[in-house]
Amino acid sequence: MPALDEWPDEWPDKRPDEWLGARSGERPGEPAVNGARGWLLHLGVLGVLVLAWFVLPPYHTGNLARILVLSVYAAGFNIVFGYTGLLSLGHALFFAAGLYGLGLSIQHAGLGALPAFGLALGFSALVAAVTGYLALRTRGVAFMIVTLMFAQTGYLVVLYAARWTRGDEGFVIARGARSLFGLDLADERTRYFAALILFAIVFLGLAAIVTSGFGRALVAIRENEERARLLGYDVQRIKWLAVILSGTVSGAAGAAYALLFGYAGATFASVQYSILPLLWVLLGGAGTTIGPLIGTVFMFYLVDFASEITDAYLLLVGLALIGLTLFLPRGIAGELRRRALPWLP
Amino acid sequence: MEFGPHLVLALLEGAITASVLALTAAGLALVFGILRVVNVAHGEFFMLGAVLAWFVSTTLTETFGTGPAIGFVAALVIAPLATGLVAILADRLVLRRIGYDPERTIVATIGLLYVLQQATLMSFGPEARPVEAPFNTRIALPWPERVDGEWVLGHPWGFGTTSYKLFVIGAAIVVLIGLWLLLRHTTLGLIMRATEQDRDMARAFGIPVTRVYALVFGLGAALAALGAVLVVPVQQAHYLMGGDPLLLSFIVVIIGGLGSIGGTVVAAVLIGLTDGVVSVFFSATLAKIIATLLVAMVLVFRPQGLFGRAGSR
Amino acid sequence: MSRRRHSSPVHASPVAPALPQRRSALKALGASAAAGAGMAAGVGTLSGLSGHVQAQSAEPIRIGFQVHRTGIGAAYGRWYDRTTTAAVARINAVGGIGGRPVEIVAEDDGTDPKRGAEVIEKFERRHRCDIAFGTLFSHVVIGSAPRAGELKLPYFVVSEGHHVASGMLNRYTLQPGITDVRSQVQAMAPWVAGTLGKKVTMLYADFAFGHDHRDYFSEAVAAQGGEVIAKIAIPPTETAFTKYFPKIPRDTEVVYHVMVGPSVLTFVKEMGEFFGPAAPPIFGFIDSLEAVDIASPGLEFLEGTYFWEGYPRYAQPGASAFDAAYREAVGVDDNGASVTDAKDVSTYAHMFGCWETLNIIKAGMEAADYRGPADRTKLIEAVEAMGDVPHSLDHPQGAKRFNGRTHQVFGHQHISKVVDGRLELVHTTSIEDTLYPDEVDYTTRSF
Repeated sequence: MPALDEWPDEWPDKRPDEWLGARSGERPGEPAVNGARGWLLHLGVLGVLVLAWFVLPPYHTGNLARILVLSVYAAGFNIVFGYTGLLSLGHALFFAAGLYGLGLSIQHAGLGALPAFGLALGFSALVAAVTGYLALRTRGVAFMIVTLMFAQTGYLVVLYAARWTRGDEGFVIARGARSLFGLDLADERTRYFAALILFAIVFLGLAAIVTSGFGRALVAIRENEERARLLGYDVQRIKWLAVILSGTVSGAAGAAYALLFGYAGATFASVQYSILPLLWVLLGGAGTTIGPLIGTVFMFYLVDFASEITDAYLLLVGLALIGLTLFLPRGIAGELRRRALPWLP
Repeated sequence: MEFGPHLVLALLEGAITASVLALTAAGLALVFGILRVVNVAHGEFFMLGAVLAWFVSTTLTETFGTGPAIGFVAALVIAPLATGLVAILADRLVLRRIGYDPERTIVATIGLLYVLQQATLMSFGPEARPVEAPFNTRIALPWPERVDGEWVLGHPWGFGTTSYKLFVIGAAIVVLIGLWLLLRHTTLGLIMRATEQDRDMARAFGIPVTRVYALVFGLGAALAALGAVLVVPVQQAHYLMGGDPLLLSFIVVIIGGLGSIGGTVVAAVLIGLTDGVVSVFFSATLAKIIATLLVAMVLVFRPQGLFGRAGSR
Repeated sequence: MSRRRHSSPVHASPVAPALPQRRSALKALGASAAAGAGMAAGVGTLSGLSGHVQAQSAEPIRIGFQVHRTGIGAAYGRWYDRTTTAAVARINAVGGIGGRPVEIVAEDDGTDPKRGAEVIEKFERRHRCDIAFGTLFSHVVIGSAPRAGELKLPYFVVSEGHHVASGMLNRYTLQPGITDVRSQVQAMAPWVAGTLGKKVTMLYADFAFGHDHRDYFSEAVAAQGGEVIAKIAIPPTETAFTKYFPKIPRDTEVVYHVMVGPSVLTFVKEMGEFFGPAAPPIFGFIDSLEAVDIASPGLEFLEGTYFWEGYPRYAQPGASAFDAAYREAVGVDDNGASVTDAKDVSTYAHMFGCWETLNIIKAGMEAADYRGPADRTKLIEAVEAMGDVPHSLDHPQGAKRFNGRTHQVFGHQHISKVVDGRLELVHTTSIEDTLYPDEVDYTTRSF
């Protein structure tokens, strides 16, 4: 905040976030210029992904379809962790809410794919709203544990309700039910482009949000919560909205995963699936819009390549993680932003 | 079994869980409190302790033909020491270089977790292997029963424990008292507490903070390993056994209130006992759901934990 | 079943040049060495590379092996790996399948359903496998089967789960080498109710596999006039079991237990500590002791108790020559432990499924005159057409009956008693005892 004798003359007419100190590239996650370059990059990424379908061999396009859905999950997590600075260890709850919201409605209520997807989104948003409201009464490490506990509860409830969810074993969502607008989602091309469309919506949507006033407020809260509160932001409400948004996006990823790949099981609600998006986001670059995609792609292929070289591939993965954190601490996109491209949103 | 003995049995088992948990969580509390970092690999140090205990006791029993008691005692000394050394190595090579930055430490320790797990899988193997207890006799516990209108001390069917399990509880208490003495009544403990309270001030007083950090990290790992050595004759050593202790220790440390070893111990006892007691009344999964929600609600309404200072972190 | 042979000259091992194949090729090399070293199947004095005397320069048949190398299933996966290697070595030693050598391409699924589905994708798209095979844990099977069906990749699972026969999966998934839990449990009820008692307390792992035990056994024992008076579910990740045993009612006539996971030894030990000298009759599934030595300290109380065994771990007097030959091939001694380490007890009751499944695959491919992926549907139809299969070295566990409509095989089930620290066979059911009505007819589904 400027010193007393430095207050600019126009200060009552400017919005607080506008002179909060958003200098270009000074702090990660503060997009200074939400201009043409940013949008060109995003559209470019999408263009590359469209091209990838025609250029890459089927093995990689199959992988990419999965990666795109999982990176939507990572992007959802990124809202709360990368932009708002809240370390949640319970996002598997939201992913599972979407997964089972869709899976159970198709399996037991006979809903079609689109209404089931909508229901799943609504359900995830509701779960995020309720748990977020409670969890946001805490901060820091307590927040970590509370979110973790809520996710664990979700996992245990899935197991307890085995009569409907088949617990850990899970259930298959029949191919016949997995169709949208008459298109069979199990078909390679339809699946790929469905995943890509979901990714594109989330990718562009989040890019718009983080460069908007709301997004800047999130960053302000992340950088200094007290200051943001003093400036008149309703910090609790903003954080709560961030959690709801994050939960809904994560739920969308979960619902899409069940719809596109035909399986719902309790494994997806376990702690492991709360740690994974954290890993993807940290590797890719927290607080960047392309970070989640980069991190997810990177981890997937790291495991894939390592497992071809050796049975002990987890060892290689572990060493790679340690190496990355030693030399690329801000994640791949984060380092890119710091060293070369300060305008990266 | 009648309610009374059932409850006592559940409490007894909860006490054993609590003892091991208290040791593991105390280790984590030290690291968390003094270094202020989340060590995701803490459970793997626990696992290492169990695996090394198996290795030591099996080597001694097979190569030198000693009995299980000597093997166990040797394991009790060697396994925590070795695990502590591994931790200090990790601190030197990785944690120090990243400046104990919270986020980077999370990723680094996840990497460490994979490395330790995989290394154990490759050398120790995927099976669960037992370690023989140094002594283990079944003890039938007495319970007052009404026989012919009179109160007698009977031995209800199935109501018993083993001598080794009681030993675990006793040993844990001894170690925790030792830890308390270390922290409160030795210079080393003073140095550790000073570093925890104010790192920069401690440095200004000439305390070698990086060395203290390494030592604390090693000590934390050694405590977890010690807990594992105590429990491994009851359970088995298995390369994936670190997951649950990690989760539980974290919960215990936060519930107890950061920066309070005493709080950690109390929380461990509470959580260990609650798990056992709740399972008397409900099916296991439902009991776990209740226990988990309870933990969450405690924190929601008292975020500083049971013994933490209000308004702190 | 005809056997095709090429008349082209002798060629050495299938050492493929491409990097991804290297690991699997090394396996095949090692397998052929093992074939020369330890085959009791009367193949002759082959050794080293020349073990492939009759395997031709033809394109190998690639079988994608979805194996649990890491994760909770790793202990089973290790034995599945050994058995598969031995089975393939034997098949290759007699010329492979239709004259083509078999190559195993193994990928670790981490005992995780997400990774399992990704690995199936890899088998089809990257490794150009003909079929996928070998999965044990049910949740991985169910997570992977949809993708296998979409990719039209025949998926031969060795899982013991009832999921295949329940109709949940697709026409590309088959389980021809190991019986499923419903048939096992159902077959046990008459003997248990008739010999041990009618009031049963069940202790089972609280996940889908255990629930199947709970549901099917309750049904079957009720049909025998018995009753399950208590059902105690134990989370599979549990490590301390004492608090569950007090729930066993005092008037229990039989305690029935089935547990899975790394803590099974603790479970059985603490059960013994709980009962002390006053234990009721106990009937367990050997799953509670797979890969665990029955003579472990703390297990003395198991003396005189009974176990279901898929395949008797200890070599029984009067066992067939097939059993002896099979043990030698997979490297297991007469006590069911590894020949190189007597403490390394095998998962004998499950791993035979890999051996038998591979032999069914060979029989099916040869019956269908399999040339390549275009013949996959013919392969499935050929396997669906299989009915009764005799007891042989191809099927050392016993004769089998394959139900082509449900894609599930049925076989004999065994009950053993613990005598002097060993398991002795006391009863073998007929195959008819294990049958149940069809729940699905996959043959009516299109490919």
